[in-house]
Formats: sequence, structure tokens, C-alpha cells
Amino acid sequence: MIEVKKLRKSFDGRTVLHDIDATFYTGKTNLIIGQSGSGKTVLVKSLVGLLRPDKGEILFDGRNLLTMTSQEVKELRKEIGMLFQGSALFDSETVLGNVMFPLTMFTSMSRAEMLDRAMFCIERVNLKGAENKYPSEISGGMQKRVAIARAIALNPKYLFCDEPNSGLDPKTSIVIDELLSDITHEYGITTVINTHDMNSVLGIGENIIFINKGHREWVGDMSQIYTTSNEALNDFVFATRLFQDVRAYVAKHGKI
Amino acid sequence: MILTNSLANFGRYCMFLTRTFSIPDRWSVFGKRTIQEVSKLGIDSIPLVIIISLFIGAVCTIQMQLNVSSPLIPSYSVGLATREIILLEFSNSILCLILAGKVGSNIASEIGTMRVTEQIDALEIMGVNSANYLTLPKIVAFVFFMPVLSVLCMGTAFIGGWCVAAFTDIIPVSRYVYGLQTMFTEWYVWYGLIKSLVFAFLIASISSYCGYYVKGGALQVGKASTDAVVSSSIFILLFDVILTKLLLQ
Ligand SMILES: Nc1ncnc2c1ncn2[C@@H]1O[C@H](COP(=O)(O)OP(=O)(O)O)[C@@H](O)[C@H]1O
Ligand SMILES: [Mg+2]
Repeated sequence: MIEVKKLRKSFDGRTVLHDIDATFYTGKTNLIIGQSGSGKTVLVKSLVGLLRPDKGEILFDGRNLLTMTSQEVKELRKEIGMLFQGSALFDSETVLGNVMFPLTMFTSMSRAEMLDRAMFCIERVNLKGAENKYPSEISGGMQKRVAIARAIALNPKYLFCDEPNSGLDPKTSIVIDELLSDITHEYGITTVINTHDMNSVLGIGENIIFINKGHREWVGDMSQIYTTSNEALNDFVFATRLFQDVRAYVAKHGKI
Repeated sequence: MILTNSLANFGRYCMFLTRTFSIPDRWSVFGKRTIQEVSKLGIDSIPLVIIISLFIGAVCTIQMQLNVSSPLIPSYSVGLATREIILLEFSNSILCLILAGKVGSNIASEIGTMRVTEQIDALEIMGVNSANYLTLPKIVAFVFFMPVLSVLCMGTAFIGGWCVAAFTDIIPVSRYVYGLQTMFTEWYVWYGLIKSLVFAFLIASISSYCGYYVKGGALQVGKASTDAVVSSSIFILLFDVILTKLLLQ
């Protein structure tokens, strides 16, 4: 479980996150949603320590990230996997090289064991056969899956994803969403996904935190979202005709 | 404004270097990366070094001949003056200014691209010291390979001069070779090599620094690689003066 308390972050005097409180649960897909520019990426990067918040607490199962020594942060990071918006694969390494990378850096496995583990992760994301390709030779959706395989190679306790399906077609998005959701439940990971994709919100949102202009506006799960009276959230989620119809349908029939 | 900026940059550069010069997480990975960098930064520069040295050696010899064609000056002084120019300045300062363009922009754009595509963040998240992982192999590889390039440069430049003597009639080959050998000061070679080591360190570290702190996108990566070349060149010239004063006087 990750608890965030009164987290504030500003850039050059402009406050981007206003005293955010949030809890991310173990074994659940925790979603951070909000419009573009609302501060989702800044929040996720603060959570993993890539940005230094001005004040607040970030507790990883009780351990406060902001008061750790750099050695403790280094240890904690071995329990963290992260998926970046642009995949952030190492272009000079093959798919296999990318997935092997954390293993070579941080385990004392033999090469055969590493290969085994890497191939297991690659198969887990359904990329068997692509292990010798370079990132530039595979599609965006495949790159995202390689990034997932790399993120789970060390069996992380916490998985962070920054817009995992931005730039992907709806069908591929669903594949990625389901993969993340399955992995979360299978291995009991605390997964934090930041997204503005409504399909993900209504598909895998077990614990949803809505950020609006740097304030935490709303917390709930995907079933509560249909009946919320929060205006900003309604504006955001039900912006398109399609989702307005879905809401009307749910209101009439109780479920989809 | 400029002063505070430069001071801030200098402070950040020092902090970057302290992060770079820490114990690598994995020695085997460090070794492998260093060998790759030797090939990319060093071996790949050899053709450029050979071409440039050959031509500059030739041109130096021709120009020396033009400038010292006086009955009062012995003809072997063409070889001698060419040798001194090559050993004292060309095989280190000028060579490094040229390599700053090739190697510096290569390093800065590579690291800068990794920064803007979040690959450096990905390394940090895994718990890797990214400054150390990316930069130390480059600095070590380039500094250790620089003397090789420098010696190669000296040799090839002399051959360039020799070609002029051999294939034209402006100076006899024997006079040129005698000039190369006469009144030789061994210390000049060491002086040149010491300078080249320092310059290699400046190029690799400053360019890495410029790339590492890129903010933005492709445009800023391009700017960083220009900055890397300009800053390394300026510092090479500055240290050229300092080292010459320290080592030759
Ligand atoms: N490094 C930075 N320096 C200054 N401002 C930033 C920085 N990163 C983000 N911001 C600002 O913070 C706000 C939130 O950005 P971000 O978290 O990227 O939004 P999103 O919710 O789309 O991920 C934006 O207005 C952006 O301009
Ligand atoms: Mg974002």
C-alpha cells in the first residue's frame, strides 16, 4: 500500500499539486485520472522520487520516501517497476537485452537463469519470437509490452505506469490494460496507472483518484463513477456522446 | 546574470562529476561498456585523424618551406619547424578541437536523446546511478584512447610532410628527415600527451554534462550538442594556455 499525505509540488512558484491525499492499494489497479496538464505525470514522478515534492509524505508500506537516505532509496527502487509514457526502452539493446538489463544490474543469477527469467517475462506479455528485434523495429504497442516485461523482470512490489496506452489504437489499449490488470492481480502488485483514457477508467479502475487542476477532486471506483454528482468529474468522464449514452443506459438498467 | 549562470553551471558540473566518479554498480557491465565506447569514440575516430594529420602535415611542410626560403636559414629547418608544430600544438590542441566536434557532439546527442526519451529516468527508477553508468565508460575510454590517437596523429603528420618532400621538389627527403631528427626534445612529446589527456577528459565530461541536463525535445538535444562542442573547445583553449605555462616554462 502506498499512502500519499498532503503532497505539494510547485515549479518556479507555480503550484502544480495542491496538498494531494491518496491511498493506493496492494493487488489493485489504482488509477489517477485527469485532463492533460492536470499534474498526473508530476504526481507519478514525485511518487517514484524523480521529482522532489515541496512538502508532504509518501509512505511505501510505512516507509517514507522523502526522509530516506540515498542508499535506502536505491534499495526501494529495486521494488519499483515503471512504465514511461514513451516506453523509454534502451535503443541500443534488443528486446531481450532490455528485459535482461535489470537482471544483469541487480541480481547474481547465472546467465542461464537470467535468460530463463527474461524469456518468462517476454512470454508473459505475449512477445515470444520478437526477442532479438530492436525497439525501433517493433510497433508502439509491442514497445509498451516490452516495457512491461522489463518493469516486472525483478518481481516489483510497486508498478507505476504513465499513460500506458497513449498513442495506441483502442484495441491495443485494451490488450495493455488487461495485461496490467492481470499482472497486478496475479502477483499482488500495487499498481498505479495514470491515464486520461475513459476505456481504461471504466474497464480496470478499481480505485480511481480524479485530479483536477492539481487538486484531488474525487476518489471512488468504476461503478461509483456513473452516479457521481461531482461536476468536474462528470464533465471529464462523460465528455463524449458515447459515454453519456453509457451513463444513461447504466442509470436505466443498473449495469452495462 | 551571466556570472551567476556560469557559477550555477560549474557547481552542477562538479556535482555531476562526483556522481560520475563513484564505484560502478557492476564491474563486468562497466568493462563491457568501456570496450564499446573505445570502439565508438576511439577506433571510429582513427580514419578522421589519419586524413586530417596527413594533410596538415603536408601543408605545414609546404608553408614552412615558403616562409623560410632564405639562403641564411639551413634547409633542414623546414623539417624541424614542422616537427615542433606537430608535437607542440597540432597533435593535441588542434586535434582535440577537431575531435570535440566529432566526439563531443556524438556524446551530447546520445545522452541528450536518452534524457528526453526518459531512458535516463528509466535507469534511475531501476536504482542505477545513471551518471556513472552512462558517463564513466565514455570518459575512461576516451581518456585512455586519446594518447593512441595523438601518437597516430604525430606519425601520420610526419608522413604527410615526408610525402611532400618525396613527391615534390621543394625540399630533399634527406634534409626533411634530418630536420625531423635534429635538436629533438623528448619532453615535447610528453607535454603533448599530457595535454591530450586533459583535453580528452574535458571533451568527454563536458559533452556528457551538456547532454545529461537537456530539458525538452529534439530541438534542445541539437542545441546541447552545439553547446557541447563550443564549451569543450573554449575549455580546451583555456587549458592549453594554462598547461603550456605550467609545463613548458
Ligand atoms: N519540469 C517542469 N517544470 C515546470 N513545469 C512543469 C514541469 N513538469 C510539469 N510542469 C507543469 O505541470 C503541469 C502538469 O503537467 P503534467 O503532470 O505533465 O500533466 P499531465 O496530467 O498531462 O501528465 C503542467 O502545467 C506543466 O506545465
Ligand atoms: Mg502526462
